[in-house]
Amino acid sequence: MIIRILGEGQFEIPAEAMDELNAMDESLTSAIDSNDEEAFRSGLSQLLTGIREKGSVLADDYLGPSDLVLPGEDATVEEVKELLTDEGLIPD
Amino acid sequence: MGLAQRVSAIFKAKASKALDKAEDPRETLDYSYEKQLELLQKVRRGLTDVATSRKRVELQAQQLKASAEKLEDQAKQALGQNREDLAREAVSRRTSIVSQLSDLKAQHDQLRSEEDKLSDASRRLQAKVDAFRIRKETIKATYTAAEASTRISEAVTGISEEMGDVGLAMQRAQNKTEQMKARAGALDEMIASGALEDLSQSTDPIQAQLDSYNQSTGVELELDRLKKELGEGSDQKTLEAKEGGSA
Repeated sequence: MIIRILGEGQFEIPAEAMDELNAMDESLTSAIDSNDEEAFRSGLSQLLTGIREKGSVLADDYLGPSDLVLPGEDATVEEVKELLTDEGLIPD
Repeated sequence: MGLAQRVSAIFKAKASKALDKAEDPRETLDYSYEKQLELLQKVRRGLTDVATSRKRVELQAQQLKASAEKLEDQAKQALGQNREDLAREAVSRRTSIVSQLSDLKAQHDQLRSEEDKLSDASRRLQAKVDAFRIRKETIKATYTAAEASTRISEAVTGISEEMGDVGLAMQRAQNKTEQMKARAGALDEMIASGALEDLSQSTDPIQAQLDSYNQSTGVELELDRLKKELGEGSDQKTLEAKEGGSA
């Protein structure tokens, strides 16, 4: 699995690490849906730390897309919600 | 669905729009490459902008620091002259400057961090654009349109994700820079209005009073010295006169 952390780069994650990371990711969704900034921040930080520890950084010139994309460490619930709107915040 | 999938879906939707644009998928390669070069240019301009803003903040901080130091000296000088009122004014101005300085420091650190992120993003994008250019030529030279489509789709989706990521970093940096410019402008106005000036400016009443005290002290001392000289002189004359009289 390849995971991108926005603003940081892409990581290759071994399959056996995915269950644990997926579980953390699920709980992030509920933190966002319930606007729980504190739970979101600590959950995100934990998840990103897990990705950095278990994954290996892909080279800058790697051209493939990622399977999963996560916001960067300092993202807020509000920013993530904006990113998830139909058009997204991603500029053209 | 987990958050990572939701965010990823947004990026993939963006990429598939880019892929849908051209009839011949090989045209997509050139179109995407053009966009990549444009984005690289924008990122470089963005970086210059952030750096300019950061330097402006640094310059303002230097000015404020110098003012704060001067005000401290002036406060000491005023106390030395038993002018507690002037010392109080100097200290109060200094306090306001010190708080402005700590604000500036926080803003400076934020800008610096956006600048670093953008600079990393620009490095990553450059590496991917270089790789893309080579891949693009290989695909065009090796495959027919039908064969190439999967490879094109992969490369374009990958780079489009990177471009989206960089675009977000750019937006953040631009927002920070705009906020910073507004604040720097406000601070420049405050400095210009004299609210944060040290007291040595020509229009400054405190320095004027300190100076006039120093001047009048100087005048008094000079007068004293002159008086003494005159006094000694006249005493001598009196003595001479007395001596003369008694002789």
